[in-house]
Amino acid sequence: MSATEATEPTEAAQQRTPLRAKQRLGDIVFSRAALVSGSAILLILALVAVFLVAQSLPAVVADPGDFIGKPASLWDYVWPLVFGTLWSATLALIMALPLAVGIALFISHYAPRRVAAFLGYIIDLLAAVPSVVYGLWGIGVLAPAVLPAYQWLTENLGWIPFFAGPVSGTGRTILTAAIVLGVMILPVMTAICREIFLQTPVLHEEAALALGATRWEMITMAVLPFGRPGIISGAMLGLGRALGETMAVAMVLSPQAIITFALLQSANPNTIAANIALSFPESYGVNVNLLIFTGLVLFLITLAVNSIARYIVNRRKDFSGAN
Amino acid sequence: MTATQAPAGITNSLTQGRLHPRTPWVILGLSLTAAAGIVSLISASTDSEFSLVGAVALGALFYLVMVVVISRQVEGSRQATDRFVTALVSGAFLIAMTPLVSLLVTVVINGSARFDVEFFTSSMRNVVGEGGGAIHAIVGTLLMTGTAAIISIPIGLLTAIYLVEYGRGPLARAITFFVDVMTGIPSIVAGLFAFALFALFFGPGIRMGFAGAIALSVLMIPVVVRSCEEMLRVVPNELREASYALGVPKWLTILNVVLPTSAAGIATGIMLSIARVIGETAPLLIVAGFSQSMNYNLFSDRMQSLPVFVFTSYSIQGVDTQAYLDRAWAGALTLILIVMLLNLIARLIARFFAPKLGR
Repeated sequence: MSATEATEPTEAAQQRTPLRAKQRLGDIVFSRAALVSGSAILLILALVAVFLVAQSLPAVVADPGDFIGKPASLWDYVWPLVFGTLWSATLALIMALPLAVGIALFISHYAPRRVAAFLGYIIDLLAAVPSVVYGLWGIGVLAPAVLPAYQWLTENLGWIPFFAGPVSGTGRTILTAAIVLGVMILPVMTAICREIFLQTPVLHEEAALALGATRWEMITMAVLPFGRPGIISGAMLGLGRALGETMAVAMVLSPQAIITFALLQSANPNTIAANIALSFPESYGVNVNLLIFTGLVLFLITLAVNSIARYIVNRRKDFSGAN
Repeated sequence: MTATQAPAGITNSLTQGRLHPRTPWVILGLSLTAAAGIVSLISASTDSEFSLVGAVALGALFYLVMVVVISRQVEGSRQATDRFVTALVSGAFLIAMTPLVSLLVTVVINGSARFDVEFFTSSMRNVVGEGGGAIHAIVGTLLMTGTAAIISIPIGLLTAIYLVEYGRGPLARAITFFVDVMTGIPSIVAGLFAFALFALFFGPGIRMGFAGAIALSVLMIPVVVRSCEEMLRVVPNELREASYALGVPKWLTILNVVLPTSAAGIATGIMLSIARVIGETAPLLIVAGFSQSMNYNLFSDRMQSLPVFVFTSYSIQGVDTQAYLDRAWAGALTLILIVMLLNLIARLIARFFAPKLGR
């Protein structure tokens, strides 16, 4: 929808003014109500930003000595959390993205047509599980299950900094949290990849197959080049989810205020969202504003990631004719 | 007749040099059996338990190697790559299934221990150790989610109507974009927003159910708008034009033609959006707090909700640890059942009440 198209109807309407329909009261009320609720959404989003800024200002001007843990400055408190948030979300993305593309390909191009929709529904079930249940599962099942693998990794690959020992005794490390996050963002990424893979022009696929390509060659020649923006935006949306996910991380991780790339040790960087959830009920005074400030940072990070993702998706829609 | 008959020496070139369709399955069976044998031998010699995961992983590895080697010998390298990727892609799906199955099985097994009448009839007031239930949390969840739905559905539906029927130009584009952005707001930020809003009027330390409902509706509105907008766009323009041609005003056209046609889809979307927010924990933990007692009043005092009940039962364990854990799992089972039920109802509505589009 370009700017020129948008102005055309108004010009046409001006020329036709004598023929305009009578403005009824119901019409006016109804269209105003619709307009007001539409604008209300913009207002809510603006309010979210305004209130977060207003409530986090006291933390910016406060003396860092008043904060819990007595950090040297505001950024000393925030930076490890930002690092933990980005690090865990990146790990989750690295694990989930290849799986999501594989699953989307399986559902769209490998599975028999009749069961494909059903398989998609099963993957969507993963999205329906509340995050607190993922948290319970992460501690109760996943952490004990991956512990032997962690021990093996530190013993045999400990020379790689990521896998340096000593291994955590509980399995509640950042890698476990990232695995849970990866499972949680899998459905949204799969859904977007699947949708765009299914939009690949059938003629392109058939042309590739008719030239003697195998199924994989057809996918690399026709499906993946067409679907690349979908994969990228799906990854960004998944990243946004992983950045903001709270309860699963809060329950699985045993955190400290440190910056480390080690994946398997008992000292792990915390994430912004998990830190808020764990600290907020006991906070008072300027510490509440401090937590709200970290929330504002998280809001800005996810806003940026999601906007980029949506921008890529929308640009795609314009020239693919998919809408 | 003799001309069309193929000479005895020539075979069908399309099937020549290809593996029999059943061959990969035979290879898969053989590799899994071999891997199971090796793993059981190892576990017998080291006196450890038989590892099913290890056996399946080793079997998958055997299969990958075998199928590529055999296919390369018979069919050439291109087909071998194709078979390799097919195995990888199918494997990706199976790997994704593992956590889902494991999660469902764990929740059902652990949750059934306390999934009894007492769990649904009593609260946690004055309960230490065994016994007690989650009726206060269930009531709180229903009250807050219900209020959030009452706030979100009119705003969301009217916005969708604006976007489809009225909206043109920059405002509509801005709303579409920001609704998309809003779907990505982290739930904890929505909770902080509600807290900041209510702290302004009621002072710091405010906890009330209504604030939780506000936080939930911030998360719910964009989902309602998205799904309703999609459903309204599906309504064929011919129906609207027919209505206008009969002289029906625009607002009555929307009320009497567009909305009834898309009612089933809208109901589905609303159900799914409720299912999405009913499991939210973080915002309610922040603004609604947690409590052990029943609270019917949305506008005063802390209000427990089911997800927060699960979290607090786990994180604040009393003397009898097992009793608290059992209650947490039972709460998780209840939560999953509610969400699955909402999803199922949504799919059934979509299936049986879908509009007939005259195709």
